[in-house]
Amino acid sequence: MSKLTPTPGQTVGPFFGYALPYAKDRELLAPGSPGSIRLQGTVYDGAGHPIPDAIVEIWQADADGKVPHHTGSLVRDGYTFTGFGRSAVGNTGAFTFTTVNPGPTEEGAAPFIAVAVFARGLMNRLFTRIYLPENEEALAQDPLLSSLKPDRRETLIARRDPDGGLTWDIRLQGDGETVFLDFSDVEGASK
Amino acid sequence: MPDELNLEIFNADPITEDVSDEAMKAAPKTYAPLDAAAESQADLSAEMKAIGEAYARALKNGAPAETQPRLDYAPYRSSVLRHPTKDLHHADPETIELYSPAFGHMDVHALEADLTIQHNGEPLGERIVVAGRVLDGDGRPVAGQLVEIWQANSAGRYIHKRDQHPAPLDPNFTGVGRCITGADGSYSFTTIKPGAYPWKNHLNAWRPAHIHFSLFGQEFTQRIVTQMYFPGDQLFPLDPIYQSIVDQDARDRLVASYNHEQTRPEWALAYNWDIVLTGPKRTWTENEALGAEGDDHE
Repeated sequence: MSKLTPTPGQTVGPFFGYALPYAKDRELLAPGSPGSIRLQGTVYDGAGHPIPDAIVEIWQADADGKVPHHTGSLVRDGYTFTGFGRSAVGNTGAFTFTTVNPGPTEEGAAPFIAVAVFARGLMNRLFTRIYLPENEEALAQDPLLSSLKPDRRETLIARRDPDGGLTWDIRLQGDGETVFLDFSDVEGASK
Repeated sequence: MPDELNLEIFNADPITEDVSDEAMKAAPKTYAPLDAAAESQADLSAEMKAIGEAYARALKNGAPAETQPRLDYAPYRSSVLRHPTKDLHHADPETIELYSPAFGHMDVHALEADLTIQHNGEPLGERIVVAGRVLDGDGRPVAGQLVEIWQANSAGRYIHKRDQHPAPLDPNFTGVGRCITGADGSYSFTTIKPGAYPWKNHLNAWRPAHIHFSLFGQEFTQRIVTQMYFPGDQLFPLDPIYQSIVDQDARDRLVASYNHEQTRPEWALAYNWDIVLTGPKRTWTENEALGAEGDDHE
């Protein structure tokens, strides 16, 4: 149990667009480089409308399942895979990353990409995961996925695109609401 | 931060509440006061008061104190369609989530922590130093991690194409800073005290002066974006974003304290604000426990 009470979060607000984005923020590796894929999706509100002022962050293992420990996410050298990316959505609510399929971090584990979502009107950041759609056996054994009902579970599994990329949408509310995660073990956390 | 900001790269971040294409086309090009149909501060204040009273009753009946903002807080109108209606799903962080992206001096130049030297001249306003430490829930310093801030200028205006309210831009102030925390978790920014800022949640809505903070911990689950406020702001009781944290002790954790000891004569007023992240969840190795620069002690 932690000793200090965490500082509360607050909404990212409307004006992060001149502060948080940076050059190549969404390019974990150069588009077109060997093994690169496009990860794309759209952020929707409870009315099913795209949200034009959200920002999405991903953090993932490399293709071999190794957790990166390299600096250089903000000033990319074009070669080092740092595992972190940030994509503000455009007017249509869409985000895009160039990345790799993460490998399993342990033998037989279902690979996933960790996600944090921020938006104007969203009081606190939300965490979720993007699982790769392949390897159904590993998905079936995943502790998180196996604790979810089928319709909830599928919100965390990306679709494989014909070009080898991944598509995965975020629904903050309503039909198909994405499963968001609470990692806290203290009472009185976000409701 | 470059002098010539490319405003076109900014994503759509309207201050108007309706951001649909039709609404944007219909919206006036210049600022106009909201019409009389807009909700009043009194309406909003009554809603916030009712929520606060219900929380006080729950506390009295033994409910645990709430330490984070409510995701479902209707007085902030934009949150109505943007909060999950299902409970957040309890999960144990696994593998990648137990580590954080690494940032370092390759990513951030030391001068990025001074927001007053990014242009040819001095920005207008009250020069301040905002400093503190980033700690985890066990009180350990979060060393070598990224802190990003952004804020309005002294007139309460953001450099943003959708912020068109009639307050002046300052050609010598962008309002964006970054730093990497020291071995003791410390950060320090030199900046200008931001002004209060009008927004369109309701008629005559004003945000208390604030600085946006974005922080990384040693684990991805510690990631947080929040806002720091200044002590004694008369707008606190009126602001639905600040009030979305229904617990007074929790709200107080976002308010910096004035520090006269650190105020620099004839130069800058000093404010202190420490930030506590959640966790940790991972058992640390000895080296990590010493911090990124822990070998200083050897």
